[in-house]
Amino acid sequence: MIVDLGIIAAKAFFVVFLVLNFAGILGWIERKGSALVQDRIGANRASVFGFAGLGLVNTLIADPIKLFTKEDFIPLYGDRLLHTLAPCMAFFPPLVTFAVIPFGDVLILGDRVINLQAANVNIGILYIFAMASLGVYGVVVGAWASNNKFSLLGGVRGAAQMVSYEIAMGLSVIGALMVYGTLELQEIARAQGNLLWGWLPAWGFFLQPLGFIIFYTAAIAETRRIPFDLPEGESELIAGYHVEYSGAKFLMFFAGEFAEIVTVAGLTTTLFFGGWQIPYLMRDGFHFPGGATILLPHLGAVFLQVGGFLLKVLFLCWLQIMLRWSLPRFRYDQVMRLGWKILLPLALANVMVTALIIVALQNGTLKP
Amino acid sequence: MVPLNYYLVLSAVIFAIGVTGVVLRRNVLVIVMSIELMLNAVNLTFIAFARSLGSMDGQVVVFFVMTVAAAEAVVGLAIVISIFRHRQTLDPQDLQLLRW
Amino acid sequence: MTAPVLIFFVLAASSIVSSLLVILQRNVVHSAMALVATLFLMAIIFLTLEAPMVAALQILVYAGAIMVLFLFVIMLLNPLVSESRPMVWWFFGALAAMLLAIEFVALFLPVATESRALPEGFGSPGMLAQSLFTDFVLPFEIASIVLLVAIIGAVVLAKREI
Repeated sequence: MIVDLGIIAAKAFFVVFLVLNFAGILGWIERKGSALVQDRIGANRASVFGFAGLGLVNTLIADPIKLFTKEDFIPLYGDRLLHTLAPCMAFFPPLVTFAVIPFGDVLILGDRVINLQAANVNIGILYIFAMASLGVYGVVVGAWASNNKFSLLGGVRGAAQMVSYEIAMGLSVIGALMVYGTLELQEIARAQGNLLWGWLPAWGFFLQPLGFIIFYTAAIAETRRIPFDLPEGESELIAGYHVEYSGAKFLMFFAGEFAEIVTVAGLTTTLFFGGWQIPYLMRDGFHFPGGATILLPHLGAVFLQVGGFLLKVLFLCWLQIMLRWSLPRFRYDQVMRLGWKILLPLALANVMVTALIIVALQNGTLKP
Repeated sequence: MVPLNYYLVLSAVIFAIGVTGVVLRRNVLVIVMSIELMLNAVNLTFIAFARSLGSMDGQVVVFFVMTVAAAEAVVGLAIVISIFRHRQTLDPQDLQLLRW
Repeated sequence: MTAPVLIFFVLAASSIVSSLLVILQRNVVHSAMALVATLFLMAIIFLTLEAPMVAALQILVYAGAIMVLFLFVIMLLNPLVSESRPMVWWFFGALAAMLLAIEFVALFLPVATESRALPEGFGSPGMLAQSLFTDFVLPFEIASIVLLVAIIGAVVLAKREI
């Protein structure tokens, strides 16, 4: 009993550790990556005993210290309770969402089979959408509590955008759910180990390309990243719904945004890029379609799978950051038009076409 | 296993709180929110009985109650908005008499 | 006092406190946030009652969409005035509510608990979908029409000019 609780606690700690560390590293990638894209050097002024670590010291040590030591104020006629509550509500969903994302297959220690997923709920992906829908509150409440018309404008825009793209996000995933035949994310990750025509791993990217594009776009819009960052609108609303926040509260919003990037990347990896699957890697080693096998000890396979998962997540995070610094911002009516008039019908069409193909092939689903 | 009547008592208390809110508050929005509270109390009763009797019917009914509550909240709020545009008030006392 | 009963008491006390906050707060936005907290706690209670699908739907639909709509409307209408009501009414109202609650409690306390064995996968999306698409397919289709009517009605009612 105690050992079971300890294992669950260890997995939960690993997941939170993962998300928070990636969020920090992403802050560094953002600053340095944007600098590379814009042909400048980026943040490199802070250093410890002359070691500036390519800007790592600046982003990971100096920035948090700076934000924690800034003055923490509440606007004059702002709502005290809600102003303090909003950053918590913004930071909570991305952390808890990662609990159901599997980061590995099973770890067999002695006679104990540990499922490498912090929480195995049978509703799987619905839990993720439920937590994502709670993300709206951080924006709306933060905007309202600031007693600032520009802030309210950014918050209302943000909430409308988030609610609109939630729908497209949910519908785009239905195609993948139909193909893999289950709601549980660990089962979806396992089902992507099947080989189509003997050599192609059944990743969602190959089976549901349109679903992937719609999902990724809708998820980036849901997390209010550029090109969908009108709620924040740096050149218009200064900082939109979190303009009246400074210090640790702003750090919560800021870190929450990066944690959301990690969560979106983790979810996209699990649904469309095979999760922890490395092509042809089974629990005991590589089994290539030609017949060659490379046998690995169990722990080696587990390390490879977890490492593969982390690499894929990092790649998708990097992709989101590159998109941020390459694309101009959408106008608000363009955002709404894209969400309702383009992505939603496309997602519905994707569901219908997927259903037709599944029935036509009569193969059933790709359950493991 | 928590006894069934604990859940029923909790549901009854929340329902009574909702009724108090509807009867006593003079703000239409709070009244609609208290109605949502009452609906939630009823949902809790259904789910508790579903678990106790081992039948999924309770959960299906809750599914439909949520759907209807969503529809009702949407239309109710639209009515509140259009009333507010005319009367600039959210106090049900001021909405007692039809305009002459 | 086993662990499930303890968890239930904590959840029950918290949900009663937040429901009281809903009706007692002067600020409407605070009432709405208290209602969100109540809905979230209700969802957790549903989880303990072997209804994970309904719990997810509660957070997704109720706490995640309907309450956002409430907050939108509250912020749009921006009610600044706090209502007045003489204390005597609150006293009588609280008395009546307590009488109602006591009657309900007296009615519900002697209910016997029958605990039947739950079928495998009780409360999972699969079982809910099975009920929905076989026994309850007509209400399911009617619910979609109800939602359509609600959408059209809301748009017509809230438009500035038709």
